[in-house]
Amino acid sequence: MEIVMTIIAGTLFTSGVYLILSKTLLRIILGLSLFTHGVHIMLMSINGLKKGAAPLLDEQAASYTDPVPQALILTSIVISFSLTAFSLVLAYRTYREHGTDNIEKLRGQDHE
Amino acid sequence: MNNLVVLPLFIPLFLGVSLFFFRTKYRLQQWIAGLGTIATIIISFILIGQVSKSGIQVLHMGGWEAPYGIPLVADMMAAILVTVASIVTLACLIFAFHFIGEERKGHYAYPLMMILLCGVNGSFLTGDIFNLFVFFEVMLLSSYVLLSLGGGRVQLRETVKYIIINIVSSSLFVLAIGYLYSITGTLNMAHIAQRIAEQGQDGLTTTVSLLLMMVFGLKAGLFLFFWLPGSYSAPPAPIAALFAALLTKVGIYAIIRTFTLIFPHQPEITHTILLWMSALTMILGAIGAIAYWRIKQILAYNVIISVGFILFGVAVATEASLNGAIYYLVHDMIAKGLIFILGGTIVLIAGTDKLREISGLVRYRPILTWLFFISALALAGVPPLSGFIGKFMILEGGVNEGYYLMAGISLLTSLLVLYSVMKIFINSFWGETLLSEGEQKSSGRGVLIPGFMLTALVVGLGLGAEAVMPYINQAVEPLVNPQIYIDAVFS
Repeated sequence: MEIVMTIIAGTLFTSGVYLILSKTLLRIILGLSLFTHGVHIMLMSINGLKKGAAPLLDEQAASYTDPVPQALILTSIVISFSLTAFSLVLAYRTYREHGTDNIEKLRGQDHE
Repeated sequence: MNNLVVLPLFIPLFLGVSLFFFRTKYRLQQWIAGLGTIATIIISFILIGQVSKSGIQVLHMGGWEAPYGIPLVADMMAAILVTVASIVTLACLIFAFHFIGEERKGHYAYPLMMILLCGVNGSFLTGDIFNLFVFFEVMLLSSYVLLSLGGGRVQLRETVKYIIINIVSSSLFVLAIGYLYSITGTLNMAHIAQRIAEQGQDGLTTTVSLLLMMVFGLKAGLFLFFWLPGSYSAPPAPIAALFAALLTKVGIYAIIRTFTLIFPHQPEITHTILLWMSALTMILGAIGAIAYWRIKQILAYNVIISVGFILFGVAVATEASLNGAIYYLVHDMIAKGLIFILGGTIVLIAGTDKLREISGLVRYRPILTWLFFISALALAGVPPLSGFIGKFMILEGGVNEGYYLMAGISLLTSLLVLYSVMKIFINSFWGETLLSEGEQKSSGRGVLIPGFMLTALVVGLGLGAEAVMPYINQAVEPLVNPQIYIDAVFS
């Protein structure tokens, strides 16, 4: 199962990087969020998927699943969620100011 | 256990959040933010006193002992950096009182500056590597908003670039933490260091350390600095000064912490790469600093040069060079804040940042002229100012270890730094004045308090080096001998 998850993470990385390298702002933001999803899945799979019971003491199980990676992923998801929201607003505002969402055509002053 | 350790990040966070409720009351916001920052400075001075008297102070958050909980660890390096960061923030805040307009004051510029300070102080103090990531994000999120605040076309464009770079590097940071966790099974930095020292630093661990170096290098502006000159010249001067003084320094701190505490075992790979990256950073930064004729760009490239210089000291990794690196780091936070504040004032008075269109400011702004002259000399490392001692110690450490080429490069770039800041000085202050009657009386008075404050520190740090050195020495002890840090966390 870990191998499948790693391949999924790799696919997400690849498509994320491809989208980040494109020129439209919206595609870049989508690429960024795919990239962070890839990171989250990778984080889960390198630390092992479900290996035992839930990490509660009264389960009396022989082995428990490590809850720390999930906690890390949860924190990271919250952060990437807020970042995506912010960058979408930023992209919209940039589009309104510059009249384009092509990153190559963003210019500050006329002579640049 | 010492509850004082949490205050340098709690006070800015608490006040920063409470300031959101006083959106239109600028005066009240200024008082709260200013007094809160002063309180943070006082507390961090007390913290320095405690650390120097009774060793590293640790606070296990929520009573969970290490390695299970998240500890806040105030060793001397962290305590000094927290103090300096708070002082520079106070200077930038006072500068901002006069400088930034209603449109930014009304849109939470002060609360964001406080939360930025919280993120910076938290990054310095935390002893948990995932917590370091979280504080990086606190700092970066408020810097995104501060950078885009006001929404000019240049600002928006630069924010887009800055945010894309930082999201990618933060994702890689999380990934590196995940790898590190799967190798060592812990997130506490002292515990990671202990386990890597026990099981040896194998190829995989070194690869992860290089990933971390890349991440911190992106944040610090080490070699991968292509985003820096644009985004540091876009926002208004107080915010640019805050960024230049604090943001890259947090990346440098993270590199120092991880490569002295966690990954010091394979210096022939990691530290060699660090060395070459720092040399390239210095060279490329110097080329940028002499090539441009705009004040903001020249100053931004000066930030890059000093990053390379500090990390040259870190890469040599002897006691002498680390002493120099910490000293220079402290100096650079103050001096970069100062020169950005003064440069921003020049731009404000002249109405342009193109050097060829500014002339003769000395006639109407003699005090500004002298402040700029002193800070320019300090940046270049002219004795007796603070830059000299740090440069001297780093170079001494490098030459003793036989890095003659790198030492030569750093000396050459110091000369080019002097050239670039003197270019600003000569072009903007000497010559016939181009100011019209109205502009001669235009503002620029707000610069005096923060300018004097930071200039006094630069001069004091240089003249009083004898008094400061024991603290720097104590800061370097845990870097040379990580066991001190580990023992303090687990005691």
